[in-house]
Amino acid sequence: MTPVPHRVVSRGQETADTWTLELEPLGASGTHGIRPRAGQFDMLYAFGVGEVPISTSGDHDGDGPLTHTIRAVGAVTKALCALEPGAVAGVRGPFGTEWPLAETAGGDLVVVAGGIGLAPLRPAVRHALSHRDEYGAVSVLVGARTPQDLLFVPELEGWRSRLDVEVDVAVDAAAAGWHGRVGLVTTLIPGAVIEPARASALVCGPEVMMTFVVRALVERGVPLERIWVSMERNMRCAVGHCGHCQLGPTLICRDGAVFPAAAMTRLMEVREL
Amino acid sequence: MHTLDELIADAPVFAALGPGDLALIAGCAQNVGFEDGELIFREGEPADTFYLVRRGRVSLELHAPGRGGLVIDTIEPGEVVGWSWLFEPYVWHFDARATGPLRAIAFDGACLRGKCEDDKELGYELMKRFAQVMIDRLQHARVRLLDVYGGVGVG
Repeated sequence: MTPVPHRVVSRGQETADTWTLELEPLGASGTHGIRPRAGQFDMLYAFGVGEVPISTSGDHDGDGPLTHTIRAVGAVTKALCALEPGAVAGVRGPFGTEWPLAETAGGDLVVVAGGIGLAPLRPAVRHALSHRDEYGAVSVLVGARTPQDLLFVPELEGWRSRLDVEVDVAVDAAAAGWHGRVGLVTTLIPGAVIEPARASALVCGPEVMMTFVVRALVERGVPLERIWVSMERNMRCAVGHCGHCQLGPTLICRDGAVFPAAAMTRLMEVREL
Repeated sequence: MHTLDELIADAPVFAALGPGDLALIAGCAQNVGFEDGELIFREGEPADTFYLVRRGRVSLELHAPGRGGLVIDTIEPGEVVGWSWLFEPYVWHFDARATGPLRAIAFDGACLRGKCEDDKELGYELMKRFAQVMIDRLQHARVRLLDVYGGVGVG
């Protein structure tokens, strides 16, 4: 439960309000024992400000630094994003459930990300692409407010340049001259090159976006029980003790953050919880 | 290679129309092409035509003084561009521009309006179908007002 001090070894700006930090444990503090798997999160502590849950956006394999992509929206995330290389942050974790990568192998895979939701999904996409022969068609659908809000653009372009993966992007609005699609990310789902009945879907983004995406996937014919979502709540303890992240009968930190969509769709549509 | 009649019959907006109606609609249609970036129609101009996108993409743009152009929607293959031909005052409300090379079917809206006046059943059928296109676009525009990628802004 005690944060392990980590030094920021690199800080890269992804968009106007989003940065990716790479963190390594301080030599004297021992190593960061367990690396987060795709879908899991760490609690990152900005000393003197507070702690927030941030999903891993890096690879589980290897012994490189921890990678977390953070959007500066509140006091803690702004403090974390402001950390320069050499600064120290605390890390607790990893916590939570993983993307069901073994379970989704064998069929088609559609990954639907909205906004910062691409960060927790990046390790899953990387896994699918590095184990490409274990999947059928792979489709990555990304939505963002504007082209300037798209994360990991060089990596998206790299995925798109491959012949064995489909990458499509939709933005809410764009300056004239944008050659991509303008519209909701759900508009990409009917055209995704997948066989819905044998497909699995991984979805991450704000809940309102996931609600519409799950509906569109089911409408396309993807079985609800083959869809997983990653939920975001105000997690504090990360071990199911404090109850801050309770959503109906579940505690997001303990039981999630990755859930079968079937368990979440009703809860996501409840107006007040 | 498909004929114009077949392409029109395959379009979702004309799905399940009878052969007589399809022939009548095809009588107002022709194949057209646009270069990348070419303006298809401009806001404020008379709306006498609508388009069925075959290949390529159409951007709908709004222009605000001092702010440049803003793409507010794109139209993809199989979808129709333009409903202003069906409603007074028959003028375009946006600019439409080809995003990449575009192949489309252009329909003479003024001709079709005349046919709809003469054949009220066809007119009602087309009105329902274009109303559905408008409803779908309105729903998408409303959902986008939610700023669905904005998140809750905590932490």
